[in-house]
Amino acid sequence: MVLSSLSNEEIRRYSRHLILPEFGMEGQRKLKQGSVLLIGTGGLGSPLALYLAAAGVGHIGLVDFDIVDESNLQRQIIHGTSTLGIRKTESAKMRLRDLNPHIDIATYDVQITSENAFDLMRPYDVIVDGTDNFPTRYLTNDASVMLGKPNVYGSIFRFEGQATVFSPKHGGPCYRCLYPEPPPPGLVPSCAEGGVLGVLPGVIGTIQATEAIKLLTGIGEPLIGRLLLYDALAMRFRELKLRHNPDCPVCGDHPTVTELIDYQQFCGISPEEAHRDSTIEITPIEVAEWLQSDHPPFLLDVREANEWEICRLPGAVRISVNELAERMNELDSAVEMVVYCRSGVRSARAVDLLRQAGFRKVKNMAGGILRWSDEVDPSVPKY
Amino acid sequence: MAVTVTIPTALRQYAGGNASVTLAPGSVGQILAALTEQYPQLGKHLYNEQGALRSFVNIYVGDEDIRHLQGIETPVPDGETVSIIPAIAGGARS
Repeated sequence: MVLSSLSNEEIRRYSRHLILPEFGMEGQRKLKQGSVLLIGTGGLGSPLALYLAAAGVGHIGLVDFDIVDESNLQRQIIHGTSTLGIRKTESAKMRLRDLNPHIDIATYDVQITSENAFDLMRPYDVIVDGTDNFPTRYLTNDASVMLGKPNVYGSIFRFEGQATVFSPKHGGPCYRCLYPEPPPPGLVPSCAEGGVLGVLPGVIGTIQATEAIKLLTGIGEPLIGRLLLYDALAMRFRELKLRHNPDCPVCGDHPTVTELIDYQQFCGISPEEAHRDSTIEITPIEVAEWLQSDHPPFLLDVREANEWEICRLPGAVRISVNELAERMNELDSAVEMVVYCRSGVRSARAVDLLRQAGFRKVKNMAGGILRWSDEVDPSVPKY
Repeated sequence: MAVTVTIPTALRQYAGGNASVTLAPGSVGQILAALTEQYPQLGKHLYNEQGALRSFVNIYVGDEDIRHLQGIETPVPDGETVSIIPAIAGGARS
């Protein structure tokens, strides 16, 4: 392959790379020729995109359908106050353009799905997984394996992160060798629920960026077959061995999954389930009116203690959704009850639990505190 | 005589907030049984309804996955570390 040449401007810009003996002109030209698709332009995608662009990766693709929100800026450092409310791909592109005008940036304002995954990934050398949910992780994994492309994986939760490179083509395992099946919804808390230290995706994202650059240039020892674990509180890195599973349904000797499937369904998220709560939902405005009436309902807050410190609704009693099963005896099934959380997701789960236990007079406040703040009382802060 | 079991952040709330727990040596199965006896809430996060380890929770002895050793029969010698590593998904959108 003939590598593209560097202009004098590019030589000046990348001089600190060019004088690295392991890198040199050849490494930089490989980067210029190289392409990386970033799935997600959030916590992990922000440092990833910034460093890959700064390093001179010639073709960067950004996949995200979200818009920039104030609550993103604590960690998503590619975006800024001036880009609040605009598409993340657009916001990121503006920043990258300013950082390095010598590279191509393609934006895809879509959610990656089984229908578009191959088309999105095919033009790229390296896939980087910076997503926040299991359906997209399994989709990204399976599509990368089927296309024979390395998948640079990173994941974060609260103060902990994981990173590795999945590349069955190079003899390593894939995500399904590590975790054959996803957890059922509700058993593993999400970032929105569990919180995340803002600088954590910076650490994990820059590790992913390092690996992407190593894969493109062929230098060093890639993080294949090793799972790097990072604990910010203990400030400790550990490494575990990952092995290829010969029985893996995607990359094993006799694969049973040979085309992309319905990943929502695979992860236990069915459309019926998403809508089944509509009959037992109540809007914040209705709750507010009910609370003013002669027979107000019992208000149950199922958030965590630190969220309770940020804000709460007057008269509410708090039992975390995680303790609800054990503490149900503290509740009276004879009284009308409204359950709420931050956004309405955990409270829906709590209402399910209560109904299964025989509570019939329980309703879920749709949209949670966020919608309460929008529609009833803006003095309640959104977080 | 003791082994250390590391508890991931996501499960600490079910283990009295501890980052690690010290237990007597034995097989992985015996050690996890002792752990869930001490913290019963951890049980449903480690085992499915059939009593088997959940497929999204991996157990390591040292740096090796027990699936590539002797499963829950894997012996854990004195001073060794057992790590519980669940699947986590966080990254982009909140």
